[in-house]
Amino acid sequence: MADITAPGPRRSLTEAPQRSAETSGPLLAADGTPLRRKLRQALFVSRMRAMGLATPLVLFVLLAFVFPIFVLLWQAVYNDTFEDGMPRTTELLAEWDAISDPDEAMYAAVITDLIEARDRERALPTKVGARVNREKSGSLSLFKKTNRRAQRLEAPFKEAMVDLDKKWGDIEYWRAMKVASQSVSPAFVASALDLHYTADGTFEWEDPKRQIHLKLFLRTLEISLIVTLATIALGYPVAYLLATLPARVSNLLLILVLLPFWTSILVRTTSWIAMLQSQGVMNDIFVWIGITADDQRFSMIYNKLGTLIAMTHILLPFMILPLYSVMKTIPPSYVRAAKSLGATNWTAFWRIYAPQTVPGIGAGAILVFILAIGYYITPALVGGQDGVMISNIIDDHMRKSLNYSLAAALGLVLLVFVLFLYWLYDRIVGIDNMKLG
Amino acid sequence: MKPMTFIATAVSALAIGSAAFAADSITVVSWGGAYTKSQVEAYHKPFVSKTGINIVSEDYNGGLAEVKAQVEAGNVTWDIVDLELSDAVRGCDEGLFEVIDPSVLPPGADGTPAEDDFIEGTITECGIGTIVWSTIFAYDTSKMDSGPTTIADFFDLEKFPGKRGIRKSPKANLEMALMADGVPAGEVYEVLSSPEGVDRAFAKLDTIKDSVVWWEAGAQPPQLLADGEVAMTTAYNGRIFNAFAAEEKPFNIVWDGQVWDLDLWAIPKGTPNKEAALKFMLFSTETEQLAAQASWISYGPARKSSSPLVAAYNSKPDLKMAPHMPTAPENFENALQNDFEFWADNQDELNERFNAWLAQ
Amino acid sequence: MAGLPPYATTGERVWYYSFRVLCGLIFLFLIAPIIIVVPLSFNVEPYFSFTEGMLNFSEEAYSTRWYADIVRNGMAAPDAEQGWWADMWQNAQWVRAIKNSFFIGIFSTLLATALGTLAAIGLARSEMPFKGAVMALLISPMIVPLVITASGLFYAFSQIGLAKTYPGIIMAHAVLGTPFVIITVTATLVGFDHSLTRASASLGADPVRTFFKVQMPLILPGVISGALFAFITSFDEVVVVLQLADPTQRTIPRQMFSGIREQISPTILAVATILVIISIALLATVELLRRRSERLRGMSPQ
Repeated sequence: MADITAPGPRRSLTEAPQRSAETSGPLLAADGTPLRRKLRQALFVSRMRAMGLATPLVLFVLLAFVFPIFVLLWQAVYNDTFEDGMPRTTELLAEWDAISDPDEAMYAAVITDLIEARDRERALPTKVGARVNREKSGSLSLFKKTNRRAQRLEAPFKEAMVDLDKKWGDIEYWRAMKVASQSVSPAFVASALDLHYTADGTFEWEDPKRQIHLKLFLRTLEISLIVTLATIALGYPVAYLLATLPARVSNLLLILVLLPFWTSILVRTTSWIAMLQSQGVMNDIFVWIGITADDQRFSMIYNKLGTLIAMTHILLPFMILPLYSVMKTIPPSYVRAAKSLGATNWTAFWRIYAPQTVPGIGAGAILVFILAIGYYITPALVGGQDGVMISNIIDDHMRKSLNYSLAAALGLVLLVFVLFLYWLYDRIVGIDNMKLG
Repeated sequence: MKPMTFIATAVSALAIGSAAFAADSITVVSWGGAYTKSQVEAYHKPFVSKTGINIVSEDYNGGLAEVKAQVEAGNVTWDIVDLELSDAVRGCDEGLFEVIDPSVLPPGADGTPAEDDFIEGTITECGIGTIVWSTIFAYDTSKMDSGPTTIADFFDLEKFPGKRGIRKSPKANLEMALMADGVPAGEVYEVLSSPEGVDRAFAKLDTIKDSVVWWEAGAQPPQLLADGEVAMTTAYNGRIFNAFAAEEKPFNIVWDGQVWDLDLWAIPKGTPNKEAALKFMLFSTETEQLAAQASWISYGPARKSSSPLVAAYNSKPDLKMAPHMPTAPENFENALQNDFEFWADNQDELNERFNAWLAQ
Repeated sequence: MAGLPPYATTGERVWYYSFRVLCGLIFLFLIAPIIIVVPLSFNVEPYFSFTEGMLNFSEEAYSTRWYADIVRNGMAAPDAEQGWWADMWQNAQWVRAIKNSFFIGIFSTLLATALGTLAAIGLARSEMPFKGAVMALLISPMIVPLVITASGLFYAFSQIGLAKTYPGIIMAHAVLGTPFVIITVTATLVGFDHSLTRASASLGADPVRTFFKVQMPLILPGVISGALFAFITSFDEVVVVLQLADPTQRTIPRQMFSGIREQISPTILAVATILVIISIALLATVELLRRRSERLRGMSPQ
């Protein structure tokens, strides 16, 4: 399906008359128009009809899905908080070389801008300060303090401001403002990768005490990978059993796979809490059969282990179903033939059967991996601290710290990765081969 | 097409049903669990029967993010919010809340004018105080014979092994860590104002980090204790009291090193129900309602005139409330008041540092 | 693997049975967590684990109090005789969540099914231009991490006043549901015998008539199961609702989410049990439809 330039017959329909037209005169349809044009018209109409059917949904998806995501991701590279709140300062900062001491004009511009911003909107100076604070911590309180006194300060401003807070004499704060004043900038995407974009236009590593994102991306990959491997390990035997049992039995057993698939994720997460918590069912069983003492119960939930178990359970059907549909098409006669030629059971399975299931493993693995990497609910509920994934941080920045630009930058990195996997899935499996149930 | 007609009818019935409760109701946002329950009993129910205005109760876990998102998007759906003092002050600074004219507050039941009746600091530019509460730590006496007695014990994994429950926020934790590290209550914020002080607090937290279960909602700590997930946990004192009073759990509070704070009502700027929200704010901060709340949960009322009215727990006349209040003299020996100015200034920065620290 | 041949060696026998035991355990892993909530939801104690009394099957250890709690929670006067029904319908938190879930679910399903079915029919035509690209676009809501979708919708919808409104949530859920409709309807169209439409045309029916009289009845099972998938997608969705819905627009999963996070009570298990029963009903419907569709298209169940 990766081939977009579609089916053969269409091309031959349009090309064939062309060739014949060169040799003899044009073929005519019943009403006298050249057959070529007539055919093209017919094709055009049916193309339009097909497109017309798909257009409402395409428009809907573009408007209510693609466009909103695009608007958000745009924030990853565009943030005009500073420029909007401090227009004069922005102009001067753009000319400033980021090395020499800031001059009186720049100090004066800050005060004029702050007073004007406050008149426009009470919270604006705080917002600007919060933006600069992303580049250099301590800027927010500096802005708040200056904002409170701005009206009372008098020229020369440089002296007055350094007097008010000696941070104004520190060039690092000015360099931070210069970065913040660039509305279009790679600062947030860099920050999503634990890099710091400096006023000189270079990148350096973030202070180790504040590094967090790369670690979370790696943990997200690690969890997704483990979950994918676990679903292969658990899904393969089950799919094999389903594919080899008589249809009546396997249809019945298939219900055991489909029921979890249809059950709410919240329900399944809740039941894992009931199963795994320290006074939960599993620990009770462990204590009862004597694996552990009553006061030494295992902690299996609110940590990475809990996330892994619950996610494996939730995503397992997405592995079993594609594996099963591939295995069902493998004729049992191949394995029998191998055995009759002297292969052992193991050789017959490993050399003959297993290679034919690879497409199923590939399809299931990519699907599970894609779903796992963007997982939110389960880590949020049972992840504790070391089970947190990148989605949870994105949500945190959207709903708690309200740092939309950073959320967008993190989302951008995640999305690029997922779209790459999607493309891979399309190449290997084909989107229209996706089946449900 | 009969099924379709049926669906259409059902859907329109639902639509009408959904629309019906949108009218004449306010959304009151608070901290959930036993605390919200005390407010429902003491404020909401009498308010609804008196005014006929319906109340939708919503839970949150503190912070200004949601209010900020609503105000900035011009889409305010929360009508009145129960806030910590530092958030009320900061939110007011940032223009997130309606400014309240204190002259509209009615005098106390004994006739004291409002400005004298309210405890100092409970009337701010945008917020009107309701309670005095405290962050303490607690343990289950049935599982520990000789329990911890000081804040230093909370950080002592050798003497008292087991998991610790801690709120997932730097607030109160950094203070407690410093006090456990030997900083006197009076000097905590001085120490915290320097980068070295912050490092010191984090270093103290580091010593127990691997044994910590983090909680976010106030209802979680008693649950963690009851489930045996943790040996001790920090908590809001009223929640532990409630588990002890209403569910007869054998929990004990260690008051040493408590960090106490105020909670206030504030009205998000631009709510379409400002008038009803203000009505609710004034009603709930009257002497009787504040006193009624204190008979449900062990938080001190913000009005002095309420205190004499507070006697015993609502369902148990023998259980006097006074010794369980954060401000009771025997509980108050080594107590620290949350410094709202410090947190209003440093919250963002310390939050970020805290999150990065968590992920390490 | 169907049955063990009489000539199997001991090793093969051991392997045969241990393999079945292994598969049995995996099935247990799949199904046990779903079954376990059912007895736990009848626990008289407010805990998530089996009490001694429950294991001894003593009657006092079981109760339906958490089911009663579903309707009572949030009511102004749950014990009042007068106006109980109105109070329950208006104020009970879970009842409101149930109303919201069905309201949002039904409308988003209608939207997703209508648009998705049309698009699937278009996509199934061989003349469809840019088929691969269009398909990739239309399936992408299923692939893009939900947090990104939810954040994007919240951000963009906030600016045009659609955030925290029912139409906003319904549109969001409809987008998330369309890929399922497309996949199921396309699956029924793949086996569609085009000589049927040609026969209809040759008998003088116009395309519209052909669609409603020939094509539609045949793909209807696919449309309905697609609709059920779209419904369950909306019914189970929480990430978008977390960002887009206000307190009065909470759905069942949203209510469960905060229940698990904040106050974990067996009421959630009672709701979970009800949801399990709903999913069994939906699963049965989809299975029946799939078989009917295979029969209609002349495929024999194997």
